[in-house]
Amino acid sequence: MLKQVISRTVLQEKVAQAVFIVAACCCILSVALICFFLLMGGIPGLAEIGVGEFLFGTAWQPSRGEYGIAYMVLGSLYVTAGALIIGVPLGLFCALYLSRFATARLGRFLQRGVELLAGIPSVVFGFFGLVVIVPFIRSSLGGTGFSVLAASLILGIMILPTIITVSRTALDSVPQQYYEGALALGARHERCVFRVLLPAAASGITAAVILGFGRAIGETMAVVMIVGNQVHLPASLVDGVRTLTGNIVLEMGYATDLHREALIATALVLFVFILLVNLLFNLMKRRAGI
Amino acid sequence: MSGGDVQSGAGALRSSAGPMQEDAAHRAALRARGAAFVQRSLVRLAAVLTLAILLSIIAYIAVMGLPHISGDLFSFSYNSMNLSLMPALINTLLMTVLSLAIALPLGLGAAIFLVEYTGRSNRFVQIVRLMAETLTGIPSIVYGLFGLLFFVTALGWHLSLLSGALTLAIMILPVILRTAEEALKAVPDAYREGSFSLGAGRLRTVLKVLLPAAIPGILAGVILSIGRIFGESAALIFTAGTVAELPESLFDSTRTLSVHMYVLASEGLHIDKAYATAVVLLVIVFAINMLSAFVASRLTKGGGEGAGHA
Repeated sequence: MLKQVISRTVLQEKVAQAVFIVAACCCILSVALICFFLLMGGIPGLAEIGVGEFLFGTAWQPSRGEYGIAYMVLGSLYVTAGALIIGVPLGLFCALYLSRFATARLGRFLQRGVELLAGIPSVVFGFFGLVVIVPFIRSSLGGTGFSVLAASLILGIMILPTIITVSRTALDSVPQQYYEGALALGARHERCVFRVLLPAAASGITAAVILGFGRAIGETMAVVMIVGNQVHLPASLVDGVRTLTGNIVLEMGYATDLHREALIATALVLFVFILLVNLLFNLMKRRAGI
Repeated sequence: MSGGDVQSGAGALRSSAGPMQEDAAHRAALRARGAAFVQRSLVRLAAVLTLAILLSIIAYIAVMGLPHISGDLFSFSYNSMNLSLMPALINTLLMTVLSLAIALPLGLGAAIFLVEYTGRSNRFVQIVRLMAETLTGIPSIVYGLFGLLFFVTALGWHLSLLSGALTLAIMILPVILRTAEEALKAVPDAYREGSFSLGAGRLRTVLKVLLPAAIPGILAGVILSIGRIFGESAALIFTAGTVAELPESLFDSTRTLSVHMYVLASEGLHIDKAYATAVVLLVIVFAINMLSAFVASRLTKGGGEGAGHA
């Protein structure tokens, strides 16, 4: 009788462990499936178009069989760079404020604000860009308003929570002795923060910038609504471009055959970008020890 | 590396505080005060600007959208006259329940395995964690494309509630895994030892002792996931489609509230309805946010409180 109970318990334990292992494998399985389907869908197209032609070709005219994504890679990079130029200084100073300047109550208030900002859906950001930023640029700087500038502004705001949260973690994890040591040497609070804490948190802040880059380059809906989506080299900041993500969302709905494969290959390029971003981010995170 | 930075910072300090002419020292002190003022102002300005951006987005949407909120926006059937968001809202709830039903057991099971069944520096654990991090970084449009290739095309489920929910389940899996892992790790080892010493097996310890104690943390992950699902659009357009009516089965195409909002905004025909929809979407997202803050505050007040209910 006791023996039966014990053997049943042992069996239960074994089954439970197996179930948990299977669950743990799901993450691995998901990544494997995503890689598999992107590669299977994209590689035949890449082979037919030619990798060089695809990556460095500047003409994207599916109806004429021309599939070059160079301008979209550039477009994505332009918009992302713009977002970083706006988002990084603002976010970094905000993180400094939260970490070393804010009183407890104000800090909590701003922290809640940052969390709210992080919660706003990207379509709402896109919509705000569409009804406020785009008309504003059209009337003040000319052009249609659908532009690199509009997308950079909105993306800069969208990556703020990422930049703030990660930089703040980095700043908070600098040992307190660094600050106290500088203070003991007679430096002002501001000087301690800017000359001692900031350099000491450099790796963590770099990690924040990298993560922000990843967020910005992968953002789709907000960008596609305000960036204009023309496949060309923008003449100025108020000119439109098309991004990699925009290309997929605009054309996937009706694409067939080679066109469809070229779009999947576009996603593959984006995926490689993101893997690189992840790799760099982890490297920096390890260096920063956070 | 960071040690060197401190020294160079301290070196700069020493030179500025060294013996100097009185006049020069006075000037240096003035300059230092000026620099401190500029730095302080910059930091405060950034904080104010960030809040101002947030408030202006919310205020603008609220002012433009609130007057257009009307009863027919919430009628149960959608037509091109009322552009009701109710079906989309119900679809979003259905989608949320479905994806959580899939992702929660998987994420929880994975977290239990990682924390309770293996060593923490185990190779397998590292791989699973790396994969979870990879999943976190993948842009939603890539998820959408994957869902289109796998669930919609390869499995032949068409644009449907099920395809969308499964795509979302993969997206929120790392969120649930990560938060559940943290929650389990936060349970004191004394709980495990106490349970084992009373003769409970590993499974019993997990189910009866550890999970109840970790519930607040797990809940925080669930709320975070719900927020993500409500905000998601790019991953759903090519997996769940954009049909604005209630689905009759798992294999019917549906649009969620975010997708509804995207369609309204990009059609550009009913901009006032888009404003109203944005207001509703923001209210829901903020409510979720508040709930999560509430759970988090309960969480920091002590894990023991959660354990008390067990």
